[in-house]
Amino acid sequence: MTSTFKASIAALATTTMLAGAAGAGSHSNLEGTLRIISDMSNPAPRAIMESLAADFDAMHPNLSVELEIVDREAWKSQIRNALSANPPDVINWYAANRMGPYVDSGLFMDISDWWAAGDFAGLESVQGAMTIDGKQWGVPYTYYQWGIYYREDIFNELGLTEPATFEEEIANCQKILDAGKKCYSIGSKFLWTAGGWFDYLNMRTNGFDFHMQLAQGEVAWTDDRVRETFANWRKLIDMGAYIDDHQTYSWQEALPFVVNGEATAYLIGNFAVPHLREAGLTDDQIDFYQFPKIADVAMGEDAPTDTFHVASGATNIDAAREFLKFVTSPDVQTRINGPDGLGQLPVNANASVADDEFIQQGFEMLSQNATGGIAQFFDRDFPAEMASIGMEGLQEFMVFPDNLEDILGRLEQARQRIYK
Amino acid sequence: MFPTPIEKRPRAAQITYQALVPLALVMWLLPLIAVALFSIRPLSDFTNGNYWGVPSSFEFFTNYGKVFLESDMPRYMLNSVLITVPTVIGAVALSCMTGFALGIYRFRGNLLIFFMFIAGNFVPFQILMVPVRDLTVDMGLYDTKLGLVLFHIAFQTGFCTLFMRNFIRALPFELIEAARVEGVAEWRIFWFIVLPLMKPAIAALAVLIFTFIWNDYFWAIVLTQGPDAQPVTAGITSFNSQFVAQYHLMSAGSIVAALPPVAMFFLMQRHFIAGLTLGAVK
Amino acid sequence: MTAVTDPTVPRSWMQRNRMTVTPLLFLAPGILFFAVYVIIPIFQSFYISTYEWNGLGELSEQGEFVGLRNYQELMTDRAFEVSLWNNVKWLALYLLAIPAGLFIALFLNQTIAGIRIYKSLFFFPFVLSQVVVGLVFSWFYLPREGLLNAVLGFFGLGSVNVLGDPTLATYGIIAAGLWPQTAYCMILYLTGLNAVDPEQIEAGRLDGAKGWRMLWHVILPQLKPATFIAFVVTIIGALRSFDLISVMTNGGPFGSTRVLSFYMFEKALSEYGFRMGYGSAIAVVLFLIMLVFIGYFLWQMYQDEKSARR
Repeated sequence: MTSTFKASIAALATTTMLAGAAGAGSHSNLEGTLRIISDMSNPAPRAIMESLAADFDAMHPNLSVELEIVDREAWKSQIRNALSANPPDVINWYAANRMGPYVDSGLFMDISDWWAAGDFAGLESVQGAMTIDGKQWGVPYTYYQWGIYYREDIFNELGLTEPATFEEEIANCQKILDAGKKCYSIGSKFLWTAGGWFDYLNMRTNGFDFHMQLAQGEVAWTDDRVRETFANWRKLIDMGAYIDDHQTYSWQEALPFVVNGEATAYLIGNFAVPHLREAGLTDDQIDFYQFPKIADVAMGEDAPTDTFHVASGATNIDAAREFLKFVTSPDVQTRINGPDGLGQLPVNANASVADDEFIQQGFEMLSQNATGGIAQFFDRDFPAEMASIGMEGLQEFMVFPDNLEDILGRLEQARQRIYK
Repeated sequence: MFPTPIEKRPRAAQITYQALVPLALVMWLLPLIAVALFSIRPLSDFTNGNYWGVPSSFEFFTNYGKVFLESDMPRYMLNSVLITVPTVIGAVALSCMTGFALGIYRFRGNLLIFFMFIAGNFVPFQILMVPVRDLTVDMGLYDTKLGLVLFHIAFQTGFCTLFMRNFIRALPFELIEAARVEGVAEWRIFWFIVLPLMKPAIAALAVLIFTFIWNDYFWAIVLTQGPDAQPVTAGITSFNSQFVAQYHLMSAGSIVAALPPVAMFFLMQRHFIAGLTLGAVK
Repeated sequence: MTAVTDPTVPRSWMQRNRMTVTPLLFLAPGILFFAVYVIIPIFQSFYISTYEWNGLGELSEQGEFVGLRNYQELMTDRAFEVSLWNNVKWLALYLLAIPAGLFIALFLNQTIAGIRIYKSLFFFPFVLSQVVVGLVFSWFYLPREGLLNAVLGFFGLGSVNVLGDPTLATYGIIAAGLWPQTAYCMILYLTGLNAVDPEQIEAGRLDGAKGWRMLWHVILPQLKPATFIAFVVTIIGALRSFDLISVMTNGGPFGSTRVLSFYMFEKALSEYGFRMGYGSAIAVVLFLIMLVFIGYFLWQMYQDEKSARR
C-alpha cells in the first residue's frame, strides 16, 4: 500500500501516541518524501506499520511518507531488486548474517555514526546483531522468542504436563498419538519452519556453540554430531508426530490444525499468538513451554530480530535517520510490541514489556533460561545461500528421512563451495 | 461434416449426446466451479471443515466487498488497465505499419525481416530478462508502468506483425494497384485504402493482446514491485498474503482478477477466435 | 509520341524511390522497438553468460570474464539436471493437449441447440491468466480442502497430496497447464473442422470409410494447418512454463518441480545474490533448445511462403 498520509492528519490528531513520541518536535524541518518499503504484510503487523507511517507523517508537516507494503515471502526475492534498481529510503529486513549479502554488495548504508551519536539509546544490548565488520547497518524494531505453543486444554484432558526433557516430550507425544491426534503442526512450504526444528534439536543435542560453528561452516554436515541431531529428529518423524502433507502448507495454513485440536502443539515464534487468538482460542486454551532438554548442554534459544535499514541509494537520509530514531524510541517500542500490536518483545531496554502471558514468559525465558546463548534463526545465522539449500534439505528429510545420506552429502558439497 | 451430425443418428443417441455435453462441461470446469463455490462461503465453513457441503451462509457480498474495499485489489486492477490499454494501442499501431510494409512491398530482405519478427516472438522470455531489466533500470523506468508498457509493445509487435502481414496479404491487391495507377501517394494508400480494410484484424488483435498482456506475470515481477505499478497478476500474491489461508477471500480475489479478460472474451468472442485461429485454415 | 511524365519537371528523389523508402519508413519504428527489446538482448544474454556479474554497475567494469566456466558449472549442477529433465517431461506431456483438443473438438462439432455457448465455455479456461489457473489448481489439489481428494474420497479412494509429493508434483502442474492448452487446441480444430471439404467426406463415405479410418485418411490431412499451429503453440507453451510453477509450488517440494525457465529466474534474481551470468547461461541453454523448434517452424513457414508466392 502506498499512500500519502496528509489527508488523514485530522483523523490522527487524536492519536495520543503522538505526544509521547521521542524527540518529535512539532516544528520539524524534515521535508520531501520518505519512501518506505515494508514486508509487514500479515494483518496485525500491517496495521502497525501503517500507523507508524501515518504518525511519522503527521509529526512532520512538510514531509510526506510513502509506504509500500509487500508480501513477506515475496520480499525475500524482491529486496535485492528493490535496493539496486529503485532504492527507497527505508526498508525492512532481518538481523545478523542475513544482512551479509547486502552489506557486502554495498546496498545497505553504514549507519555507525548514528549509533555512535547516541540516536538509539537503550539498544546497546542488541547492537551486536546489527554489526558486521565492526559497523552497524540498521536498527532492530522487534524480537520474539520461539518455543512450543500447545493446547493447554487438550494437555489437561489427556493428563499431560509440560515436558522438561526429550524423553518426556516423546512420552507425551505417544499419548497424544494414541488419542488419535498429531503432536505437532507445521507448514514447511516456505521451508524456514523446518529450520526452527533443526535449530532447536541441534542446539539441544550438541549445544549452542556447536550450532554456531556449523552455521559458520567450521563443521562438516557429515559430522557424526550432526547425524545425532538428525537421529533425534527422526524419532519424532518415525512416530508420525507431525501432521501429514506439511510441505504443502504455509505456516499460517497449518494453524487450523492446532485451532481444531487435530494437532496439539506448534514449534513457532510468538508472532503466531495473535493468529491463534483471532481464530478463537482463549488464553486458557493455549500455553507455551521452552523446548525441552536433550543432552546435558546449556539451553540455546532462537530469538530472531526484525530490522529496519537505510538503503545506500536513499535520497532522504535525514528523514530516514529520524524515522529509525522514532521506531526505536521507548514509547513507540512499547506500543508497537504490545499485545494489540505485534505481540512481541521491544528492543529498547527502556521500553516496557507488555503484560501478556506469552510476552512475559518469553522475556523471562530469554533473559534467564537461555544459558547457552541466543541465536537468530537458521536462515539468519547461516549464510543466505547455505540457508536456502540447507532448508530445502531439512524439508526433504522431514518427508523422506531415508534420504538423509544423500541430503547430508549435498549440504556438505554446498558448504565446501559457499564458505570457500 | 465430420463426425456424422447427431441429427442423422438414432433418437437414443441424440438424447444421450444432449445429456453428455453439459455433464462433460461440468467435469471440464470442475476446478473453476470449486473456486466459485469457495468464494461465496463464510470463513466459519473452513474452520469447521465444511469445504464441500452446503454453505452455512451465502457470503457473496461480504467476500467480494472485502476484495474491493479492504485490499489493494482495485489499485492493481487499475494498474493492469493502465498497462494493458497503452500496450494494445502501441502494438497494434506499430504492427499496422510493419504489416503494411511487409505485406504490400517487395524488397530485398522482406522475408528476412518478417522471419525475424516471427522468430523473436517465439524466444523464451528468460533470454531477454537480464538485458531488458538492465535497460529498464538504466532508463529509470524500473517499477513504472511505462517500463512494462514499452517492453510489451516491443515484444507483442512480433506476433502482431505476423498477424497483420498475413492479413494484408489476403486483401485484394488490385485495389492498391488501381490506386497507384491513379497516382495516389503511398501513405494515403495506407491510410485511406488499407487501414479501413484492416478493421477486423485490428479488432481481433486488440482483443488478443489485451488478454495476453492482462495475463502477463513474468515481466510484471521482473520489472515492477509493489502496488504502485504492479498489475493484478502479480498483485494477487500480495493479496493472498494479506488474506493467507482464508480461501474464501483468496478465491474471490482470483475471480475478480480474472474477470476483465473473461468479459472481453465473451463480448468479443468472434474477433477473439478469428485472431487465435488465423492460419489454422488455409 | 507523348511522354507520360514531363521530362522538364524532374521527379523528386522521394518519388523515384518511393517503393523502397515507404516500406522502410513504415518498418522503422517497429524494427527499432523490436531490435532494442528483443533482438539485441538475445545477443547480450549470450555475452553476459560468459561473465560472473551481480547486476550492479556496468558489466564491463564490475563483471568478471569467466569464459565458459558458467557452462562448466551447469554440467555438475544437480538442480540444473532436474530442471532439464522436467523440461523434457513438459515437452512430451504438453503435446497431449493436441489429441485431447482434437477429441473435444470432434465431440462438440455438432449443431444441437446452445452448442455455441458450450463451445465458448469449453474454451474459456484459455482466457484465464496462468496465475489464476495455478491458484485454481493448487486449491483443487489441496490435501484436505481440495475437491480432487473430496472426489477421490467419494469413490472410496485414498487421498493424494499431488503438489507435496516430489514424484507427482511436476505432473500435477503439467495437468494444470494442459487445461487451458487443450482448450486452445480445441478451438483450432473446431475452426479447422468447419473448413473441411464436405465433398471429400462424401467421397470417403462412398468408399466405405467410417469412424477412425475416415478421421485418419480424410479428415486429419485436411486439418494439417490446424495441427501445425497447435504444435507450434504447444511447444512454445511447454518451454515457457514459468507462471504455473512459480504460483503452485515455487519450485518445491525440495526443488523437484523446477524447470529451466524457473531456475534461471531463481539464480538471476535471488535473495542471496544476483548471478546474472549464471542465469544467462541457463537462459542460453533454454534458448538453444527452443531454437531447434524455431528453426523447424520457420522452415515450414518458408515452404508455405514459397508455394504461395504471387
